[in-house]
Amino acid sequence: MRILVCVKRVPAPGARINVTADGMAVDSAHLGFTTSPHEECAVEEAVRLVGEHGGEVTVMTLGPAAAEEQLRYAASVGAHRFVLVPIQEVDWDPQRTAAALAGAIGDVESADGAFDLILFGNESADAGGFQVGVRVAYALGRPVVNGIKGVDIADGVASARREVDGGFEVYNLPMPAVLGVKEGINLPRYPTMKGRLASKKAEVVVDERSVEVGGQARVRLHRPVETVSETVILGTGPEAAPAVVDLLEELGLLT
Amino acid sequence: MSLLVICDHDRGKLAEASLEALAFGRSLATSAGLDMEAVVVGEGAESAAVDLAAHGASTVHVASHELLTDFGPEAWGETVTQLVRSSGAEVVLACGTDRGNEVVAHVAARLDQPFVANCRSVEPDAGDWTITRVQWGGSLLEDVSLTAEVVLVTVAHHAVEPSVAAAPAAGVVAAFRPDLDASLAHTVVADRVVLTRGVTLSTAPVVVGGGRGVGSAEAFGPLEELAGLLGGVVGCSRAVTNNGWRPHSDQVGQTGTRIAPDIYIASGISGAIQHWVGAMAAKNILAINTDSEANMVARAGHAVIGDLHQVIPAIIEEIRRRRG
Ligand SMILES: Cc1cc2nc3c(=O)[nH]c(=O)nc-3n(C[C@H](O)[C@H](O)[C@H](O)COP(=O)(O)OP(=O)(O)OC[C@H]3O[C@@H](n4cnc5c(N)ncnc54)[C@H](O)[C@@H]3O)c2cc1C
Repeated sequence: MRILVCVKRVPAPGARINVTADGMAVDSAHLGFTTSPHEECAVEEAVRLVGEHGGEVTVMTLGPAAAEEQLRYAASVGAHRFVLVPIQEVDWDPQRTAAALAGAIGDVESADGAFDLILFGNESADAGGFQVGVRVAYALGRPVVNGIKGVDIADGVASARREVDGGFEVYNLPMPAVLGVKEGINLPRYPTMKGRLASKKAEVVVDERSVEVGGQARVRLHRPVETVSETVILGTGPEAAPAVVDLLEELGLLT
Repeated sequence: MSLLVICDHDRGKLAEASLEALAFGRSLATSAGLDMEAVVVGEGAESAAVDLAAHGASTVHVASHELLTDFGPEAWGETVTQLVRSSGAEVVLACGTDRGNEVVAHVAARLDQPFVANCRSVEPDAGDWTITRVQWGGSLLEDVSLTAEVVLVTVAHHAVEPSVAAAPAAGVVAAFRPDLDASLAHTVVADRVVLTRGVTLSTAPVVVGGGRGVGSAEAFGPLEELAGLLGGVVGCSRAVTNNGWRPHSDQVGQTGTRIAPDIYIASGISGAIQHWVGAMAAKNILAINTDSEANMVARAGHAVIGDLHQVIPAIIEEIRRRRG
């Protein structure tokens, strides 16, 4: 079985998100970067599925040259092949991103045949456009469902579970198929020392795409207005317990 | 020229999220000089028509087809696409729920048009559109300009209050039968599994949250106990789920659950922005942290500075004492 996972490199901000002076990007000068969480789980799911059914995992990212870091991370947790679609800009709009990825997937598939399964994150952690996986699936003519928190493969069918209020829905997609997965589908492993060493030697294929911009253009990023009020300190250590319980009583929660 | 709102319902009862989309749609239709219409799909859709009129829909398109009896993102997306083509809708709007965003993404792919997800405001602007949307699950806003033949947007969930129209609209029911390829059955819900649970994290009146500061899976015992005493549930940070101390279904935040309890007791949680967006709808927040400078302490209404392993047992004891 051949599985492709499309991942995005995103900054990992802490207590607040700062924006660059021109307003066009998250100020990442003092930040680390990570794989967007849904996609980190997608990589783990792919590695587990080929562990169970045999096969190979390819990971693709559209991003700056530095996104090679996220491809190498995927290598360190068990992915096999890597494709970088390099961009110079901070971000491409969703239409442009999807068109470039569909093109790059076409390149790999015309050489090696169709992927049985393509996994996307449900939405990227930063831009959160909620559409790239659907657009790529439509361009490739494959069935796609989002919000997936469980997958089983049998007899050429991907049986996928989607969490809804108080339970889940099951979808049976004939492969080749595309899924948008969510964090919680699994608990991603940490890289082993051996994995880390192997990832250094992983070969990254670079596939530059030239695609027209879409209809959505960023004007600026800004933080929402927040009303921060003074914190009432109820006390220090266990001596604060009566004050806490007074508060709970006041809120009518102790009945 | 019309604006089409995609509405979700349960056997004819409109979803809360759709009421938000209709409220947003009414004001957008007014500012853009458009007529607001609605589309409903699935069994029992006709009975939503009266409500839709009250919420301002001049025409209610009721789509029916064998492939639309249960949810299927592709069948729904294809249906709305065909309706947009035949009705000539200029703007298509849904609420930014999982379903709403998914269905509009399908419409966008089919029409080859941009799709702007989770908007806070959408304004016509000299032939183009000026939009503010949310990024990072609500921690950051992005202003975008949109150039499109058909404007496809979702409104961020909980960004607007539902409201009825000042005067009800005609709500003329128009049957719509899409032409759907049998292959779209591939992504229609094949089965449903109901996990009956009591209070859930998203609806609990009290959430006792634990972060890395709790230290281990076992150390959540007192948090469970406190939650039990208050009729609430335990929540946690991503540091906790990543350590395997709690299941992901307990995670509060951008990639977890959004909570809105009467009180959120956040212990041993630093208050990273991705955690905060999931917790900020709580009516009251009590932070318990050894670090008085922690972001959670700064943002909370109340705080106790101290070791949660001492503070939480003391709270439990005090509750027991008062209850006698
Ligand atoms: C894209 C993305 C999405 C994310 N989504 C989420 C999400 O959905 N939910 C989420 O929670 N996180 C999310 N995160 C992770 C987030 O950035 C933080 O890493 C995480 O929330 C930190 O968890 P924490 O507060 O438990 O741990 P820490 O940040 O390590 O904080 C531990 C806190 O415990 C306090 N403490 C330690 N010991 C004690 C003690 N004995 N008593 C009292 N206090 C003590 C410390 O002072 C500190 O404040 C996401 C990150 C990224 C990049």
